[in-house]
Amino acid sequence: MMDTRVTVKTQDGVEGMDANNATEAAPVFRTRDLAVYYGDFRAVRDVDIEIRGQDITAFIGPSGCGKSTVLRCFDRMNDLIPSARVEGTVEYHGIDLYGKDVDAVEVRRRVGMVFQKPNPFPKSIYDNLAFGPRLNGIKKKAELDEIVESSLKRAALWDEVKDRLKASAMGLSGGQQQRLCIARCIAVKPDVILMDEPCSALDPIATARIEDLMQEIKQDFTIIIVTHNMQQAARVSDRTAFFTTEVNPESDRRTGVLVEFDDTQKIFSNPGDDRTEAYVTGRFG
Amino acid sequence: MALATPASHGATTAASLTTQLTGAKRDIRGRAVEAVLLATLALSLLILVALVVNLVQRSWPVLSGRLGDFLSSGLDASNATEAGVWQAIRGTLTLAVIVAIVAFPLGIACAVFLEEYAGKSFFARLIRINVRNLAGVPSIVYGILGLTIFVKFADGITGGRTVISGGLALAVLVLPVVIITASEALRAVPQSIREGAYGVGATKWETVRSHVLPSAAPGILTGTVLALSRAAGEAAPLLLVGGITGLLRTGDQGLWEQITKGGFTSMPVAIFSYARQTGADFQAVTGAASLILLILVILINALAIWLRNRFEKQW
Repeated sequence: MMDTRVTVKTQDGVEGMDANNATEAAPVFRTRDLAVYYGDFRAVRDVDIEIRGQDITAFIGPSGCGKSTVLRCFDRMNDLIPSARVEGTVEYHGIDLYGKDVDAVEVRRRVGMVFQKPNPFPKSIYDNLAFGPRLNGIKKKAELDEIVESSLKRAALWDEVKDRLKASAMGLSGGQQQRLCIARCIAVKPDVILMDEPCSALDPIATARIEDLMQEIKQDFTIIIVTHNMQQAARVSDRTAFFTTEVNPESDRRTGVLVEFDDTQKIFSNPGDDRTEAYVTGRFG
Repeated sequence: MALATPASHGATTAASLTTQLTGAKRDIRGRAVEAVLLATLALSLLILVALVVNLVQRSWPVLSGRLGDFLSSGLDASNATEAGVWQAIRGTLTLAVIVAIVAFPLGIACAVFLEEYAGKSFFARLIRINVRNLAGVPSIVYGILGLTIFVKFADGITGGRTVISGGLALAVLVLPVVIITASEALRAVPQSIREGAYGVGATKWETVRSHVLPSAAPGILTGTVLALSRAAGEAAPLLLVGGITGLLRTGDQGLWEQITKGGFTSMPVAIFSYARQTGADFQAVTGAASLILLILVILINALAIWLRNRFEKQW
């Protein structure tokens, strides 16, 4: 039942986009020879990937394969780690994200992020939602109220919190906090939402709600999700990228590499690489 | 192996299991450690209580005889029956206000820079180490600094040996402590809060102002007010920058004139001047002054706790 509804919605979204978006074919992100270093440790190398708009793309792979590191290149979160260094190019709608004049703050207003551990601000639910819009210069209370309500509705949280918007966000359950973080992201109307293992701290019911939510909002946002949970990738994503680690025999150091990137169905039913098959069938990792 | 393996438990009866679970060997070492810890705590408290009892006993003639007069009289180290702490209390409070105005914003700003902006460069590390070392510099050295810079060099601004010079010397003295405690409070703010703010497109300053500083505020406040109570208890630097020890005549100077031109004293300086005098009379005066300084410091600490609780309630 749920599936039918989602499919219909998705198709509507795609049709709508074909009709009025001429650049549909151009990828949202395109990386070329992307490598990320932490100090002199190379975490991931040679990543060439194209992320299509209005898709849910999943990054899967064993721990330490660099999937979160690559994700954090898309909103320049790696900038916050002093030792991190990015080589190669990351293009966002054809613009080099690491170009000289690109402002990371402006990037993050378009590319939102949801983190592994729910991280609501220790403030009221309302202030959590209103923080981003206020940064963008929205000051009128009526306008903020509207954004708070619509964002919470999109994140399927409104009915649970509408009577206590002034209460602390810290009083919500883990699953509610994570949906609040997604709502906080939606409130600034980003183009892309990055999710870094958003369900790893949640129970199965809360996880299912987040997955439903992703289907609900995918027509408006490009979503990239890093997950350890292969079933989750299979359930929610349209495209899946499989990363793994390679050990350099000389230095005995591990580096992440992108093995395969294809339609989710193909990755899980008929992968092109033996390592992918071994991973998705549970024989390693 | 003293512990039986699960397999051997199969044969045990309920009765023998009960004895095993309840009659096991006592944790003698643990009890001993607990007793020693309790004893050290008792000893520390005992010393404190003894100090206060001794102070009260010693100062009883003043407390019972002329407390009101003592609180309202000026500094006079020549006559025990005329001696009081009025000027000293006022001086200490004025010093505290100057320290708060100068050292708090400066120290918190330094801490924000070191923690949020400076990164991990060699230069930033060097400064951090130096700040820690500065916190350990003896207070008398700050007195010499205050004498050279605030009293002699900046004479035109401070008015020489005034309460302003004293306050500035104390501000410099507690500045490293303020920086260190504020830094620690900032470092305790979870990185996830910063990431959340950056994630919705906040700049560094927006992140610091809206989330990092409010989250660190209780810790910063506690640290800074404790630094204030340290400043309130310092005598050595004030003696060098001109704290008056003998007799202080304020005459008919107005408050502003007293601050910018007149001499000043403070509670620790007054205690020092009374303690130098001989005789039981002055012993009583010294004790009473000490007791009042103690109460003053406790009040400042209470203020710190009250402020922290107030700030924490906001979220």
